[in-house]
Parts: sequence; structure tokens; C-alpha cells
Amino acid sequence: MSIFVDENTRVVYQGLTGSQGRYYGLLNRDYGTKVVAGTNPRKAGTDVDGVPIFATVAEAAEATGATASCVFIPAPGVRGAVLEAAEAQMELVVVITEGVPAHDEAFLFNKLRRDHPTVRLLGPNCPGIITPGQCNIGITAGHIAKPGGPVGIVSRSGTLTYQALYELQQQGIGVTTCVGIGGDPVPGTSFIDCLAAFEADPETRAVMMIGEIGGSAEEEAAEFIAEHMTKPVAAYIAGVTAPPGKKMGHAGAIVSGGKGTAAAKMEALAAAGARVGQNPTEAGDLMVEIVAGL
Amino acid sequence: MDLFEHQGKELFARYGLPVPTGEVAYSPDDAVAAAQRLGVPVVVKAQVHTGGRGKAGGVKLAADLDAVRSHASGILGLDISGHIVRRLWMEQASDIAEEYYASFTLDRSARKHLGMLSAEGGVDIETVAALDPDAIARIHIDPVDGLTQPACRQWVRAARIPGSAADAVADVLVTLYGAYVDADADLVEVNPLIVTSGGDVVLLDSKVTLDANSTFRHDDYAQYEATQTRDEREQAAHSKRLQYVGLDGSVGVIANGAGLAMSTVDVVNQVGGSPANFLDIGGGANAEVMAGALEVINNDPAVRAILINIFGGITRGEEIAAGIIEATRRVDIDSPIVIRLDGTNAAEGRELLEPHLGGALMMEPTMLDAARRAVELAGAAGGQVQP
Repeated sequence: MSIFVDENTRVVYQGLTGSQGRYYGLLNRDYGTKVVAGTNPRKAGTDVDGVPIFATVAEAAEATGATASCVFIPAPGVRGAVLEAAEAQMELVVVITEGVPAHDEAFLFNKLRRDHPTVRLLGPNCPGIITPGQCNIGITAGHIAKPGGPVGIVSRSGTLTYQALYELQQQGIGVTTCVGIGGDPVPGTSFIDCLAAFEADPETRAVMMIGEIGGSAEEEAAEFIAEHMTKPVAAYIAGVTAPPGKKMGHAGAIVSGGKGTAAAKMEALAAAGARVGQNPTEAGDLMVEIVAGL
Repeated sequence: MDLFEHQGKELFARYGLPVPTGEVAYSPDDAVAAAQRLGVPVVVKAQVHTGGRGKAGGVKLAADLDAVRSHASGILGLDISGHIVRRLWMEQASDIAEEYYASFTLDRSARKHLGMLSAEGGVDIETVAALDPDAIARIHIDPVDGLTQPACRQWVRAARIPGSAADAVADVLVTLYGAYVDADADLVEVNPLIVTSGGDVVLLDSKVTLDANSTFRHDDYAQYEATQTRDEREQAAHSKRLQYVGLDGSVGVIANGAGLAMSTVDVVNQVGGSPANFLDIGGGANAEVMAGALEVINNDPAVRAILINIFGGITRGEEIAAGIIEATRRVDIDSPIVIRLDGTNAAEGRELLEPHLGGALMMEPTMLDAARRAVELAGAAGGQVQP
């Protein structure tokens, strides 16, 4: 089992004909992902290394049975691309693109919730999602993830996710699904969405959560953990020593008005029963302990 | 991107919002000339990207041209919370009957826009929030619907804006929300929003932050980019398109990915050191980018040791290693460099680095070990007599 994607997920890549889309789309296919189509209205009828290109997501879905889309379209086109995928009734839309304006993200979140409630948006500005051994959508290096569980991973940061996958792999621990929700102000999928899905997934028996400064998503996740999670959680929050008022790389990573500090997030998670590491290595060690005790 | 007050007001004016007439001045002579055109009395206002100008003496009313000259001379060069005043906004004095507070921003938790409105404007809104939280009326606005006229009128009533001004204030707020959305602002704040004794609504101050991600649909935002407050190091990094934040310590940090870079800064602190910066070189790490990053770090005189923390995902370890070697060839580095290289093909990368180790270039197996080593080296260098 896994969450959101598995070996049956058929994916259309919006922007497969671009350099990034082609590179990662074909890497994802090499990994075993069912990369069934790409879209580009000006290149319909052509193909990218054998993957057929359609004018629209709807046409691609009709012809190939795609149920998920991955967006590699540059930021100005993301709003339109996500709406197109939603209208074509994709179950999952993964947006890798960074630099999407916050107003577009807020609009998309509310538009989808109202008019397309069955569509799950992941990202923007995220590394994607991988169910090791089955399906890898996005830019995660597939070979650093060991298939099989029992750990589910949800993270706001790309490289820290890779670090976590790698450390677990080194310890011989497998992963059911690893979800990068992205570091932007309004992510389509939240920590809570992923925690709830992991809680419901019988193969996931423990969850690793990687957060960072800014916003209150980690505090909300802590509330959810306290009230709804029966599975153990190990957590790490980046940015303990970040100065207030400075964006630390990600658009969403900023301590402002005394809110969004790592200390408050770590405290909330610890109070909710999660085991909180002071650095990624310590969080990894905690997860090793948790898995040993399962 | 933070806007100066006058830039915010100019932006408001483009949306037809009522702002006082004014001019920018860079010297006392400019200020006097502007005041002659505007007519006294005028208000002389420091333009800085920080709050608390009034308390710091950065806003003065001048009744005549002599006062304009002396206030302008006094305010230019003033240090307001570390921001030196280099420009003034000269504005026709307004006749204030009522002062309100209004703002729009994104409420990340609610995933909707948040409007805040209070009849108690002109003072620090955090003080109002602490003393009388009920004095602030909040409205959550669905970005799909926008701020409708009826919703806005109800909000204005909830904020206890007097009936005589209510409709005019509501009209201005609907337009202000439109400007907030159209301009891709992270924040617009007007404090005070005034009603004159003649009954006109005027936006007497502006605090505007624009989303730097939105420049693709706002060709004119380059002008704001040019007036951002950055220290020299941040400016140099910015021109190389590196994600850089200057800090106060002595360990220069280079990492790939925002999360890992933030985490590296944390670990340096945790092992007793103090980082000189946050620097994310982003995905991939070719020699070009690595050399640029090393240059920026190397030009920071406070740096005594450099910590390079790389986790290869899709980018392979040997490419990263080659990038580091090539970069150290191109840039003459003054400080010792400690490298932690992990992830995809890390073994191959370490092998490539091996012959270059010893002397100023060294490698550690883990992030913690590398941070400890770098902190030690920074400490040792700090003990030496600097030329």
C-alpha cells in the first residue's frame, strides 16, 4: 500500500516538451512510472522519446487513461495549467514549478476546493511524490529510496527529504510513500492531508515529518497528531536559528511578527507526542529507534 | 519587495485611490524646491523600509520654507533602526478629522485573504490588538469571489466606522483590495486612513510589500527591485542569483536546497559556532555556481572558515566534486574549506576530491562532523592577529 500514487498511476506531463519536463519526465519513466502522455498545444501529434504529445490534458486523458498530471510549465502558465488539469478531472496534479505568485496559489486552492473537490493539488514548488519501487512523479532521485515501508515521509523541503530518504535507506528502512508538499505560502496539499492518509494506510506504521519556519502548518499538524494519529511520528524543523524578517530561500520560510518560529513548532509537536530531533541526523536516529520498536 | 511610502502611494494613485499630492526629495535644496511647488505647510517624511519613523523623529510638519530646510537637513542621514534616511517624501499637509487603520494580507492558515480594519488608526496596530482586540474587525476574503460591496459594507460597520464616513470608506476599501490583488501584493497597510473635516477619505500612509514572484506580469517592478535595502554581501549574491541571507557570524555556509541550507545554519549554531550567512546554491552544483558562491563568501571579511554541505539527489557526487575543485581553482580563497558530500555517487565524488585535500581543503563524513570542524577552524583563525 501507499498513499496518493502507486504502480497503476498513469501520468500526463504538462510541459514534457520543455528541457526540465523532458529530463525529469523520462527519468521518472526509467524509474518505472507510467508516463503515458505529454501536452503541448503546438506540438500535438509528435512524441518525446516515444511518449505521445497531445494538445490538452483532456485529450491526453481520453486517449491514455491518465489520472494524474505533473506540471513542469514555467510560473506564468501554472495557474492555467492547473485549472486545465482539474477540468480534465485529474485525481492528482503535481506542480514542480517554483516562483508561482502567492495570489495564484491562494486562488487555485480555493477554486479547486469549490469547483473540483476531488482533485488533489501537490505543490507548487515541491519535489513531487514517490512510492518507492512503483511510481516517482517529480524530481526526487528514485534510487535513494528503499521500497516497502514501514515509514511514510512528508516534508516541506526538497534536499532535507532526500537526506531523510537516504539516511533511512542506509539503515535498511523502507518507505511507503514520500510526499514533498513544497515550501510556498499556500501549498495545495498540507501536512495534515498527508498525515491523515498515512494514518489510514495499513502499510505505513510510522511517519517522518520535516517542517521549517514560517506559517503555522506545523502547529496545525501537531494538533492533528495529538487528536488523530495512532502511529508514531518523528519530526524535524529547519530554521531554529533563522533571524526574523528574512526569507530563508523558500517563499514561505519566514519568521514574522514573532510567529512561525522553529521553537514554537518543535514545542507543539513534542507536546503532541511526536519525537523531535534537533537536526536531521538526530531525527533519523529517532526514526530508527521507532522502527526498531514497532 | 518592500516599497517606500511614496512608491506605495504612487501605486495606489494608479488605481484611482485618493492620496495626498507630494514629491520625492534627496537634499534640503530639493525639499525646499518641492515645498515651494506644493505650498506650505508640508510634511517632511523619511523614506525607509522600516516602521517607527514618527517616534524616531523621521516625520515633521513644516509651516514655512525655513522649517522645511531645517527638518529636511535633520532627517536626511538619520539612522532609523539601522536604516539610514537617503530620501524624503514631501507632502501637502492634510486636515485630519478621523484616523482609521486598514490592511490586506494573505492568511496562510485560512488560505484566504485577510482584511483588517479599525476605527482606531494612527497608532501602532499591535498595540490596538493587545489593548482592545475587539477594535479590529477582520474579514476573510475568498480569492475566487473577491471583496464584494455588501461584504465590505458589513465589515466597515463591524469596525465601528461612523455612519457618515462608512460608505465612502467602503468604496475606497473595495478599490484598495482590487489594487492588492492586481499588484500581487503580499501586504498593503494604510495607517492612517483618514477622513478630512471636509468628509474626504484619504490614504495618508502606505506600507506595501510586493511578491517578487509576480514580476513576470509587472514590467514596472524592476524600479522597486532597484531600491531594496540590502547589505553589500546580499547585493553581490543577488546579482549572481544566489539565495543569500547575511548573518553576523564567522562560518560561511554553502548548501544545496533551502531546507538543507537552513539546517546547516542551525547545526553550526548547535555546535557552538556562528554562521556568517545562509546560502542556497539550488539544485545541481556546477563549477560556475559554486565559484560564484565561494566568491561571495570569500568577500565577506568576517568569514574565517567555509562549510560546504551538499547532498546529491539527481545531481551526482562526482559532478559536485568537480564543481568544487574547479571553483577553488578559479577563486583564490582566504579561509579553510570543510566539505561534507553525501548522497548519490558520494563515494566517487569523495575520491575525486581526495588528491586536493590537505592544506585549506578538507572533508568530513557527516554534517555534524563538518560543522564542528568548520567552527573549530573559525575559532582558531579568530585567535590570530589579523593584518
